[in-house]
Amino acid sequence: MTLLGLLEWKPSYGYDLKRDYDGYFGRDKPLQFGQVYATLARLARDGKVAAGESEPGGGPDRKRYFITEAGVAEVDIWLAEPAAPEPHLQPVLFTKVVLALLLRRPAESYLDAQRTAHLQRMRELTALKQEGGMLDTYLADYALFHLEADMRWIDMTAARLDALAEEVRK
Amino acid sequence: MTREIVIEARDLVTSFGATIALRGASVAVACGEILAVMGPSGSGKSTLLHCLAGILVPDSAEVYFADQRIDTLGENRRSAPRRDKFGFVFQFGQLVPELTAEENVALPLLLGGARRAEALRRAREWFPRLGLEGLERHLSGEMSGGEAQRVALARGLVAGPEVLFADEPTGSLDSLAGERVMNLLATAARDQGTTVVLVTHEPRVAAYADREIIVRDGRIGTTPATPAPTGAARRENQ
Repeated sequence: MTLLGLLEWKPSYGYDLKRDYDGYFGRDKPLQFGQVYATLARLARDGKVAAGESEPGGGPDRKRYFITEAGVAEVDIWLAEPAAPEPHLQPVLFTKVVLALLLRRPAESYLDAQRTAHLQRMRELTALKQEGGMLDTYLADYALFHLEADMRWIDMTAARLDALAEEVRK
Repeated sequence: MTREIVIEARDLVTSFGATIALRGASVAVACGEILAVMGPSGSGKSTLLHCLAGILVPDSAEVYFADQRIDTLGENRRSAPRRDKFGFVFQFGQLVPELTAEENVALPLLLGGARRAEALRRAREWFPRLGLEGLERHLSGEMSGGEAQRVALARGLVAGPEVLFADEPTGSLDSLAGERVMNLLATAARDQGTTVVLVTHEPRVAAYADREIIVRDGRIGTTPATPAPTGAARRENQ
């Protein structure tokens, strides 16, 4: 989905797509070229992207990939839907915010939806603690503290959206 | 499912000198609902609570309690629901230091005209309920922060208020003491059918509420500002 979002930002060759992905999202874990081309082939098969004509160059022939209307619709849906609240969400939350800013989508609305989803899950866990035994309490507390950390990140990010937008769109 | 609205504010505008605290905030709270009011520091969430409770008179708005408009009443008539229908819990308890714990809890009853012996008897009933047995005669300086806050909670609930206004009730407590206060607050409010307006910046505290609103720059954020049926439906099913 991240590669699809980057293709909505601008049509791209596989090499440039990997470079953009690594620059924004893959600092600790860069994508392999094989992953990029396998994903592009799958997206093309599903009608989410289309490849241009092969362009001869110094190396192997290159194809430029474009997002299709179906691909844009999929990005739209993905960005609007909050992620399922669970621990260790940093990669998906970060990716959604940066992509939303890159694509000039309403990042604040996404963060609000995510906050609501997180609080709903925290409410369920709190009810579990009130109704359950100590073991439930310990397990629920672990999830609650992680979700609370996400919530703090969501609030800080919401407060800094303008500055972040400026940075990612440079 | 339609729920009875117990307290409502429409288009609240409030300023302190040149600083505008609320810029057209509207909110409705259903009977028996626990509503969390969240938002960053300085966003106007405490001002919203004070306007709903009739402590502050907004520059412009309509504020209703039980279908009666209260923002246009004079101070005397506006203070009547504060005394008879509302309970309050603040961040630092604000117990009267010269009074014992049971006298602090009995205060709203005494102010409401109850006899001292009767007020103290009813106040003492709250001590075992909130895990405060044996502290009835202690002064606030002789109690921990968590104990003092539970005494403040008992004081807020002793008169059986229709609405409890709680402004950062766990803000001065550690996680465990805060959790105990919130557990007791939510349980007691639900047992009594008390509506709660809970100002907090802590997600773990807001998670005790049925619903949350976010105040940003004096306005209510994108979360729905009117009650959803889920909270009431849940309690009615219990």
